[in-house]
Amino acid sequence: MNLTVPVLAAVAKLLSGATLRWHECQPDTCQRVYFANHTSHLDALVLWSSLPGEIRDLTRPVAAKDYWSQGAVRRYMAKCFNAILIDRDEIKVHQSPVDLMIREIGTTKSLIVFPEGGRNPGEDLQEFKSGLYYLSKKRPDLELVPVYIDNLNRVLPRGEFLPVPLLSCITIGPPMWLEPKENKLDFLKRARDAVRRLKDL
Amino acid sequence: MPHASLSLAGLLSQIPLMPNPLVPNVRLDPRTNILLGSVLGLLIIAFFVGRALRRQPESTVNPAVIRTLNLRIVAWWMMFLIIIIGLLLGPVATDVLFGLVSFWALREFITMTPTRRGDHRTLFWSFIVFTPLQYVLIGLKAYAIYTIMIPVYASLFVPARIAISGDPKRFLERVAKIQAGLLICVYSLSHAPAILSLVLTESPGGLTATRWTGSNASVLFFFVLIVQLNDVFQYMWSQLLGRHVVAPQINASRTWEGLIGGALSTMLAGMVLSWATPFGLYWAGPIAGAVALAGFAGSMTMSGIKRDRGVKDYGTLVSGHAGVLDRIDSLCFAAPVFFHITRFFFSTMQ
Repeated sequence: MNLTVPVLAAVAKLLSGATLRWHECQPDTCQRVYFANHTSHLDALVLWSSLPGEIRDLTRPVAAKDYWSQGAVRRYMAKCFNAILIDRDEIKVHQSPVDLMIREIGTTKSLIVFPEGGRNPGEDLQEFKSGLYYLSKKRPDLELVPVYIDNLNRVLPRGEFLPVPLLSCITIGPPMWLEPKENKLDFLKRARDAVRRLKDL
Repeated sequence: MPHASLSLAGLLSQIPLMPNPLVPNVRLDPRTNILLGSVLGLLIIAFFVGRALRRQPESTVNPAVIRTLNLRIVAWWMMFLIIIIGLLLGPVATDVLFGLVSFWALREFITMTPTRRGDHRTLFWSFIVFTPLQYVLIGLKAYAIYTIMIPVYASLFVPARIAISGDPKRFLERVAKIQAGLLICVYSLSHAPAILSLVLTESPGGLTATRWTGSNASVLFFFVLIVQLNDVFQYMWSQLLGRHVVAPQINASRTWEGLIGGALSTMLAGMVLSWATPFGLYWAGPIAGAVALAGFAGSMTMSGIKRDRGVKDYGTLVSGHAGVLDRIDSLCFAAPVFFHITRFFFSTMQ
């Protein structure tokens, strides 16, 4: 058992002052896709750190290769939290990120994804990319769990490298699935609304 | 010369018996222990009363009141433990623990008040430099510097740093938020551990005044106790006689009757507890009264900020957190008042 993982998680939690709220959803080790709004580089790390230990061990955040493979510290951290690094610049048809994710999680692991694609500079959520739709089309058994991350963009905004230790809040909402015959746009809108609804709880 | 060194050692061993005029006494002396013991007894009773009330049927007592009471009791236990641990480990530990409370309070304060992207570096300075620096200066007893570091230098640094970041939108408002946060959460509260650095005397008069034989630890504890009692008294008098609300838009539960009744009760409590302080029976009353008024001012100010932001408690801001700022608002405002009165009238003022 690697000792740096719990230490890293504790530091991330302490620094971001994160509280985790489960709203109409219980912690579970079943296969899930946590999809969240994306406002800071810390999002993946803090959400992953806040999950209960046994769930954390089964959960792999999907992160941008261009950021997390830069420099030894980031590479090491990405390795610690067991990230699946996705190349955002080179998305090929026969090697799509969705296939990579499905391959990596097998039948036991869960995922953390940020369907907005990049970090959101504004207040409201951006349109979701279609990856979440294809993911649940290929693996309809995965529980899709919406997550709203609040205030983390103030802890570490875009373009800054030193975090300010404010308090943040992570709300995990009720799971959803792709409905039969639901088309892509409707599904993505429904998923986006599920995240947005958690904002006002 | 073995004989001379022996006599020197003998001389040195004599020194601690005489009170050193330059070093404050911060030991847990019998007086402090009696005070701490009595409060511990009260807290144990409060704990069981709170638990008993929670089991009452909802028809007899208001569950919201019980919940608030139990939250209060938990907060008092926390405060008690922080102070006990600090006093047991020495003044440096007390200083560090109060520093951590300030840090957390500032966290809550800034989380609640929206800032802009351009304030990021300024906030970083506030958290990582000014907050620890203030408590380091308190620990070094550098009175001349710690009284001006935040009100002068940090307060000038904050607008300058925000200006350099290049975002002019709502400039003065953003500056004021960070300044207020530093002033209330860090600067004001830091005057509580600073009490431990005073060389206490029984009357004004500098180095010639009679040294007070008690410990600064009991004075610090007296202060925290008086502020907490004042909160309780004001609440009780408001519930009993409250008719005229001071400012309904700010805080609907603070009444003039509560303020006056609470302040008078606090003065009485101060006199009853005056044996734990150098003030004597006569001065303990007015000093407790001044602390009561400052505590009231603190609660009103923090209520004002909360109403402006549309939150009820700092605790509900991020659920699960205790809401440190809710519990220490009166302490923050009363600390400088109590410290300066004590320093000017009951210390050697080094």
